[in-house]
Amino acid sequence: MTAAGPVTAMSLPERAKRAAKVAAKYADAVDREGRFPSEALDAMKAERLMGVMIKAELGGEGASLSEVADVCVTLGQACGSSAMVYAMHQIQIASLNDYAVGSAWYEEFLGRVCDEQLLIGSATSEAGGIGGNLRNSICAVDVVGDVVRLEKDATVISYGEASDAIMVTSRRNADAAPSDQVSTVFVKGQYTLEKTTDWDTLGMRGTCSEGFIFRAEGAKEQILPRPFAEIAAQSMLAVSHLLWSALWYGIAYDAFARGQSFVKAAARKNPGQTPPGALRVAEAANLLQQVKGNVVSGLKQFEAAKGNPDALNAMSFAVAMNNIKIGTSQTILTVINHCMLICGIAGYKNDTPYSLGRHLRDAHSAQLMISNDRVLGNTSTMLLVNKPDPSLVG
Amino acid sequence: MHDVVRQLLAKHGSLPVSVDEIANNADLYDAGLSSFASVQLMLALEEHFDVEFPEHLLNRKSFSSIDAIAAAVSEIADDQAA
Repeated sequence: MTAAGPVTAMSLPERAKRAAKVAAKYADAVDREGRFPSEALDAMKAERLMGVMIKAELGGEGASLSEVADVCVTLGQACGSSAMVYAMHQIQIASLNDYAVGSAWYEEFLGRVCDEQLLIGSATSEAGGIGGNLRNSICAVDVVGDVVRLEKDATVISYGEASDAIMVTSRRNADAAPSDQVSTVFVKGQYTLEKTTDWDTLGMRGTCSEGFIFRAEGAKEQILPRPFAEIAAQSMLAVSHLLWSALWYGIAYDAFARGQSFVKAAARKNPGQTPPGALRVAEAANLLQQVKGNVVSGLKQFEAAKGNPDALNAMSFAVAMNNIKIGTSQTILTVINHCMLICGIAGYKNDTPYSLGRHLRDAHSAQLMISNDRVLGNTSTMLLVNKPDPSLVG
Repeated sequence: MHDVVRQLLAKHGSLPVSVDEIANNADLYDAGLSSFASVQLMLALEEHFDVEFPEHLLNRKSFSSIDAIAAAVSEIADDQAA
């Protein structure tokens, strides 16, 4: 706690920029080697960014989701993998903040997250036909006396080995339906990870989203008191779409900045002539503004609905959050592709100030993490009955 | 009302358990009601009662139990008859 004073005296955006500087320095190495961005995470912890959204009474700073999203934008400009690890951690924090209220175990745990700057991972995917279907589980928690045991064949646990704690979904008990789920946080030392699959991917190579057999034993009160169905519907899906979109916007923004610098350098070399890429910079800026507007309006809608289960449960809210995810994930690819056309071979090469390969590859993950087809399918079901609100002020 | 809701739930709810085993106040999501099935059930209720669910009832709570569905349908039927 001795380090907390001087660092947290600085503003959150300032601390985010300092961490982002470190993330940017190692981004290409992390991408090339497909390794965990440990320097960036160390910097985030040194800047005490892990617990900012936790309330002050527990040692956090009570930051809003919009403020945390802005940190994701800053980190996204530096290193997509680092930003994604941070965003995923904050998704767990958002769930624990609102759905573990009154639990002594969780109050102490959230205090530890602030004090020790713990990184929380997540294990929702499962082998055996569940895949990424968040709202179904095969495995079940086994409660005997005060002890809970769980074994999960998790196809993906992002940054599993670097996590200090992991939040795991499962069925409520061995007789429960696949969708009757609970969520449990186990801390390091309470679980073992037996690696089953590697993470050698096109992009987001630093998230190290390997597969593991997860085996854990903890205290019964580590099972979150609220059903996972409620946490997923009211917090996790919306927060995921918003924080992911924020960092995707950051990735696209950095690509845009490279394209803009490229055109500016060309304009300086040939004064009086408009470089051929200039028009595309204008097009990319236009698309980027749409992405930003999408994320900002989504955050505004979330902050307005926060704490109101009726508003968070409304179909119109779910449709809006889904649309933010679809719109952002599709548009950033167009933006980065424009930038690639602007920078030409300098963007295509991996070793220039205008390189865009990492941005483009990282951005391709956006339409897959919760597949856009699955999200659109879900939205189309809701639109059988839901009528979008046309009002601009409603 | 509860009988009709039960019949439509059995037909459109795609539940892993029999509707007969579900109490009127039991949580249908815990019983395995998916969001897709809840919309199918909503459409079936609209068709059966010749009503349309208004925006404020399009949420998880309205479909959280047989009691809640019956209450929601009664509310709409009263509103739309008035």
